[in-house]
Amino acid sequence: MLMQDLIIFLPELTLFIGAMGLLMFGAYATGDSSRLVNWGAIILALAAAVIVLVEAMPKQTIFNGALQVDGFTNLMKVLTLVSVALALFMAQGFMEKEKIARFEFPVLVILATCGMLIMISANDMIALYMGLELQSLALYVVAAINRESGRSTEAGLKYFVLGALSSGMLLYGISLIYGFTGTVNFTDLALLAPQTEGANQLGLIFGLVFMLAGLAFKISAVPFHMWTPDVYEGAPTPVTAFFAAAPKLAAMALFLRAVMVTFPNSVDIWLQIIVFMSLASMVLGAFAAIGQNNIKRLMAYSSIGHIGFALVGFAAVGHEGVSGLIIYMILYVIMTIGTFACILSMRNNQGVVEQISGLAGLSRSQPVMAFCLAAFMFSLAGIPPLAGFFGKFYVFRAAINADLYLLAIVGVLASVVGAYYYLRVVKIMYLDEPQEDAIIAMPTNLRFVSVICAGILILFFAYPAPLVELAQFAADALLADVHFAQTQLGH
Amino acid sequence: MLDWPILSTLTFLPLLGAVFIMLIRGDEEVIARNARAVALWTTVATLVLSLILLFSFDSSTADFQFVERFDWIGGGIDYAMGVDGISVLFVILTTSLMPICILASWEAVTHRVREYMVAFLILETLMIGVFCALDLVLFYLFFEAGLIPMFLIIGIWGGARRVYASFKFFLYTLLGSVLMLLGVMYMYWQTGTTYIPDLHNFTFDADAQTWLWLAFFASFAVKMPMWPVHTWLPDAHVEAPTAGSVILAGVLLKMGGYGFLRFSLPMFPLASAEFAGWVFALSVIAIIYTSLVALAQEDMKKLIAYSSVAHMGYVTMGIFSLNEQGVQGAVFQMLSHGWISGALFLCVGVVYDRMHTREISAYGGLANRMPVYAFFFLLFTMANVGLPGTSGFVGEFLTIIGTFQVSTWTALLAATGVILSASYGLSLYRRVSFGALSNESLLDIKDMNRREIFIIVPLAIATLVFGFWPMPILDFTAVSIQNLLENYNNAFLPSTTGM
Repeated sequence: MLMQDLIIFLPELTLFIGAMGLLMFGAYATGDSSRLVNWGAIILALAAAVIVLVEAMPKQTIFNGALQVDGFTNLMKVLTLVSVALALFMAQGFMEKEKIARFEFPVLVILATCGMLIMISANDMIALYMGLELQSLALYVVAAINRESGRSTEAGLKYFVLGALSSGMLLYGISLIYGFTGTVNFTDLALLAPQTEGANQLGLIFGLVFMLAGLAFKISAVPFHMWTPDVYEGAPTPVTAFFAAAPKLAAMALFLRAVMVTFPNSVDIWLQIIVFMSLASMVLGAFAAIGQNNIKRLMAYSSIGHIGFALVGFAAVGHEGVSGLIIYMILYVIMTIGTFACILSMRNNQGVVEQISGLAGLSRSQPVMAFCLAAFMFSLAGIPPLAGFFGKFYVFRAAINADLYLLAIVGVLASVVGAYYYLRVVKIMYLDEPQEDAIIAMPTNLRFVSVICAGILILFFAYPAPLVELAQFAADALLADVHFAQTQLGH
Repeated sequence: MLDWPILSTLTFLPLLGAVFIMLIRGDEEVIARNARAVALWTTVATLVLSLILLFSFDSSTADFQFVERFDWIGGGIDYAMGVDGISVLFVILTTSLMPICILASWEAVTHRVREYMVAFLILETLMIGVFCALDLVLFYLFFEAGLIPMFLIIGIWGGARRVYASFKFFLYTLLGSVLMLLGVMYMYWQTGTTYIPDLHNFTFDADAQTWLWLAFFASFAVKMPMWPVHTWLPDAHVEAPTAGSVILAGVLLKMGGYGFLRFSLPMFPLASAEFAGWVFALSVIAIIYTSLVALAQEDMKKLIAYSSVAHMGYVTMGIFSLNEQGVQGAVFQMLSHGWISGALFLCVGVVYDRMHTREISAYGGLANRMPVYAFFFLLFTMANVGLPGTSGFVGEFLTIIGTFQVSTWTALLAATGVILSASYGLSLYRRVSFGALSNESLLDIKDMNRREIFIIVPLAIATLVFGFWPMPILDFTAVSIQNLLENYNNAFLPSTTGM
């Protein structure tokens, strides 16, 4: 039995043992081992992804129901691992140029990734918290990896303090839920929660709200988004690139399971919270980014907005909504990684450029980079035929199906407002005159990543079926649990 | 019928040309020369192909022809193409204006020629796609995607305030369109399909029709543009390069009218009838108000832009007269405005290329130095005014006749627009062409060269031929329009409204 569980747990084990091995190697190796460790970490992440794919486990729970694997977790894990591998692949050159290449960085990233996989698989509150904290603690350190820089340490500290606060709220919520139902297991909760009555039910709702607040922090949904711009801006850019993709994906997967699967019969309670977070995130993401001149800050607000759009799918609940959300997150990750490949390449002879105005005239000095970045911007803005449009299309279509008209109308209007600042980046690259200090050529690895991502986004419209089917398959896997809980209660 | 997918070929041929241009290697001179040549031959090839389409088209049936339908994004949303008697003419309008645009930019555009040609070819793909799409989502995709190349065309190759104009154009149009997108989604959930012919046969309930009509109206009214959401157009026109203005006035504005005909009327007949009065009011305001505004303009392009808004007022009025003359007139007016306003912008471009100003007061007495130019400019000014014998007259006349049957007052007020258009049109012509050569720098201005004459002659021929003999176009569209109106009227029979 244990052996069986361990085999299913193999991806996480691989990462964990591998991270330990890399740590030992880094600590005892002579000279600068960061490059080797980085490659080792990339291989580890990809190996774990391959294991997930090869195992392709059908639905089952392990460790007495603490973790669950199914089609949904498999997809999310592979995506997370691939985006981690890409983030590491993009990081090394930048870290070396900035002289902050340390072997601890890839090791911490792999540990965080291990936490993410546990988050994705979590099927009870303890596993949820364990995965989340393993991830978060590694991320706090990674944010402050540039210990010489005041901004980086500040970002790490801010992230830690606010993160600890949110973990506190989460724990408090979990303890309330446990106190009023007597279980921490998601499957049991799904059956027990609807049967609570009176004071117990009230207590459970309190717990649920606290838990939502804690989880909202991790996906940086308004009103728990405050840390995002500062951390995005302060952390070294490769770290930001990593933060923007994989942890969001894992947290969103966790959020889905912990809320939708665990409380399928309390939709009327949590739906209003999700709708509010979605509305507020879309609107704030659209308006707050207008005034930003630092591209990392801009991407921070943009990510808040995109989480809002993804939550539209969440609010639509059923099959349409969940598959829409999954499609949205996948496309969001591709757009984000591609954009950060360009941001990591923003460098002139003086050093790193973070101001958007530094991109002036890029279309003439670096046409390929400008073209890719323009494709990412139009895609983030949701202009067809780029893939970002389809992401919005699926979530809003689900919202219309669920009669969430207000959400859909505010959402599309927010996307028009948001289009302004994405257009501004395009304007600076294509319409403005080049500056004295032009951006220098992209490093090969970054060019490779951004061209691939841009290609996917541009050509997505021609053949969207595979991704859509994948997302629908994953959504079905997740919703199978919801249906199970609902039918059980029906009897 | 042809046994190969002519519509897809037609749509994506320009895109292929764009890819070719992007692959050109060499120094700047070589790239510019080859990019121009490839763009020209691509657009000419597209034109030839579209003429094949025209001649194999059977205008005796109202059915969609050359239909292609493949699985696309699943769940009833397909890649579907097809044309009927209305859309095929807009395809021809697009393909015939494109070579003219490329030639008009031959010497005027000197920097970033490669990107310019790529943007135009991509735009052509998207414009043809809009008129051929038989699936709402596909239509929306083409409709919206056109913003990107046009944004770049105005923004990169435009005038002094190009950034402002391009942003305004983009955001205004996007704002209108997103509401339509929500409407499309709602329709999808009601019907389970976005295939346009199926949607034509579906009857939405009255409440839903009202909201859907408004959602679509938001998009098309901005695109048209109708008063009071027209303000992006003068800015975009003034700042856009000449060819950009030609395409904007010639084709992009027509997408609004096409949308009304393809979607609003047949899919939401009850709402169309309900809102027709409002559309009349907006149209009349557009005709009179923007004509008055045009009178006060000092910038040639701005004047023509406002006159475009006024002329589009006739189109919306004609469409919502909801009878055969009105709709026929609206379609005719759209086509004729396509080449007349295109030609007027070319005329402005001719003197702008020489003098680099569009101020009307900077000119005067051009007839002395540029007789050929003065002739063409006069012809198109008169056509714009709606002089009988030019195609501009036919469209205005038919729309007013159509409207007269429904609302005498609207027709009466709209007719005053004809007088106003004569006053701004003739005063523009007088101030530019007649009078003394007051400006010294005009003394050695050269008349139109062969290239310029070559591109404007086809438009002049179209203006005169269809002005005297509009039957080919009217016959061509007749069956489709009759069918459209028949379906529209059927919606009011008790049996189909379900009441």
